Amino acid sequence: MKILVCISKAPDTTSKIAFSAGNTQFDENGVQFIVNPYDEWYALVRALELKEAGGGNVTIITVGLATDDAIIRKALAIGADDAVRIDAEATDAYYTAMQIANYAKANSFDIVLTGKETINYNGSQVAGMIAEAMEIPFVSLATKLDVSGNTATLEREVTGGVQEVQVNTPFVASCAKGMAEQRIPNMRGIMAARTKPLNVVAPAAIDSLTSFVSYETPNAKSAVKMIDPENMDELVALLHNEAKVI
Amino acid sequence: MILVYVNSDHGIGKSAMEVVTYGKKLGDVAVVTAGNATDADLAMLGQYGASKVMVDHNAKADDAQQLTRLIANAASAVDAKIIIFSHDLIAKSVAPRLSVKLKAGLISGAIALPETNGDFTCKVNVFSGKAFGKVKVNTDVKIISLLANSIQPEITGANCAVENFDGQVGDVGIKVLETKIPEGEIPLTEAELVVSAGRGLKGPENWGMVEDLAKTLGAATACSRPVADIGWRPHHEHVGQTGFAIRPNLYIAAGISGAIQHLAGVNGSKVIVVINTDPEAPFFKAADYGVLGDAFEVLPRLNEALKKFKAAQ
Ligand SMILES: Cc1cc2nc3c(=O)[nH]c(=O)nc-3n(C[C@H](O)[C@H](O)[C@H](O)COP(=O)(O)OP(=O)(O)OC[C@H]3O[C@@H](n4cnc5c(N)ncnc54)[C@H](O)[C@@H]3O)c2cc1C
Ligand SMILES: Nc1ncnc2c1ncn2[C@@H]1O[C@H](COP(=O)(O)O)[C@@H](O)[C@H]1O
Repeated sequence: MKILVCISKAPDTTSKIAFSAGNTQFDENGVQFIVNPYDEWYALVRALELKEAGGGNVTIITVGLATDDAIIRKALAIGADDAVRIDAEATDAYYTAMQIANYAKANSFDIVLTGKETINYNGSQVAGMIAEAMEIPFVSLATKLDVSGNTATLEREVTGGVQEVQVNTPFVASCAKGMAEQRIPNMRGIMAARTKPLNVVAPAAIDSLTSFVSYETPNAKSAVKMIDPENMDELVALLHNEAKVI
Repeated sequence: MILVYVNSDHGIGKSAMEVVTYGKKLGDVAVVTAGNATDADLAMLGQYGASKVMVDHNAKADDAQQLTRLIANAASAVDAKIIIFSHDLIAKSVAPRLSVKLKAGLISGAIALPETNGDFTCKVNVFSGKAFGKVKVNTDVKIISLLANSIQPEITGANCAVENFDGQVGDVGIKVLETKIPEGEIPLTEAELVVSAGRGLKGPENWGMVEDLAKTLGAATACSRPVADIGWRPHHEHVGQTGFAIRPNLYIAAGISGAIQHLAGVNGSKVIVVINTDPEAPFFKAADYGVLGDAFEVLPRLNEALKKFKAAQ
């Protein structure tokens, strides 16, 4: 079983979100970068569990510049066998997905896993795009994944509930909570990661379809109005007359 | 022409009315849908601005590949320049595929109408609701996936025609074994009112007061992550950075500290009420109304006050 796990770099969840260059760029000053949590906790760990149970190989892939190597080594320390970095800035989801699809097509993987979304762009776009480019099925927001031979059984989120589905390999799935438990890399893993192969691949010529032109942060909330805990009639009246939400 | 995809498998929901209303503000709207909704239900979308509904009863909304073919064929039939989805779980599996198939730029998580003088740009949520971004689309055909509760449905017209459309959807790629949707619950992501609680409630046996309040309000229930992790509440109620992101009109949070990762999932709410015993709880900074008090007393009291209010209405 050959599994490809897509890994992206994201600001730590506690980062202060600010912008620079006239609100056109994310301000990386003082920001700590991590492996996007969905990619690490769910996609990567489930891929490793499948490999541990049934053999095979787990390759991670990132579309990014050399500054992404630190998070790639982190993912290798958790246990991936090798890594590929497509040496280009991930300008939009389409560009990113087409680069990954090209690589995946040329190297025939059984399963391509991604996270549910990146916590910076929240697009939930890349995985479906990879699947369409490869003309294979896509299971979005999967919370369970089991494989037997060339058939996989997955559970996925649907509006208001869950659904159990079956697909044949090859397929793409985006991974959400429930898939696996976070693993903390140990010293041996960190040491081993230093010498695992990281192949840097030149990008294919692909257009971006979208671009971010500017950012803004939400207006600060006006001060909270404190309500006497004995007087819930007042809260109800405010919700009705002032906030107009009930 | 504007093409709007509507999920009609469980009747016509509020999000369907929202996307048709949104589309109507951009041009003449055709709706495309799959599954087995009745013509009467679908015709009603005319009231929100659709000029016709195209339905393929053979296509399965559960199968992203079939749906992608259906929408692509509908788009070419009506020569659509803008294709609109509600940013739900179906859109998350279909819109990216469609983007590649049509080579059309996709804006996901839109929260406003696009600006179309000069560049085509649209405002979206980024950084898990901690910021907004403006996305520009460079392609002739554009796809917009609109976050729920970004626009109020408006009735502007009358019922419209419903026609059968052969979407030439081909084979299914995904075999559905079982779908489990709890009966009678309001899906969290569609709910306008949400009552949520966290570790401050001490144990699952105390959720009765949360459910009672939700019932009085007609609200959905939600929870913080640790509460779902320890199994006090089902996972589909978990909101936040790693759970569902919601943007209801009213979010009532009891016994939740308001960690940044929790706020990431709820900071799009129009009005936030926080009930907490700790005056230093960070959630008060993000709240519109705060109640410094014990949830075990405040929740039942609020429930009684609401019942009184509803009875007087
Ligand atoms: C990468 C990452 C992702 C995360 N994702 C999420 C996420 O998606 N969603 C999420 O919720 N969390 C998430 N977390 C966890 C988050 O950091 C917090 O730990 C969590 O939200 C705390 O849950 P809580 O508020 O229920 O519990 P606590 O922090 O324990 O807060 C309980 C609160 O209840 C109050 N309280 C106690 N007794 C009462 C009473 N009788 N009446 C009223 N109030 C009372 C206390 O004052 C306190 O403020 C994430 C963390 C990380 C690191
Ligand atoms: N630059 C990238 N390189 C590799 N994988 C990525 C990249 N960006 C996004 N992904 C993958 O695609 C998923 C969804 O990203 P998004 O569409 O941005 O929400 C992420 O969870 C990653 O698994």
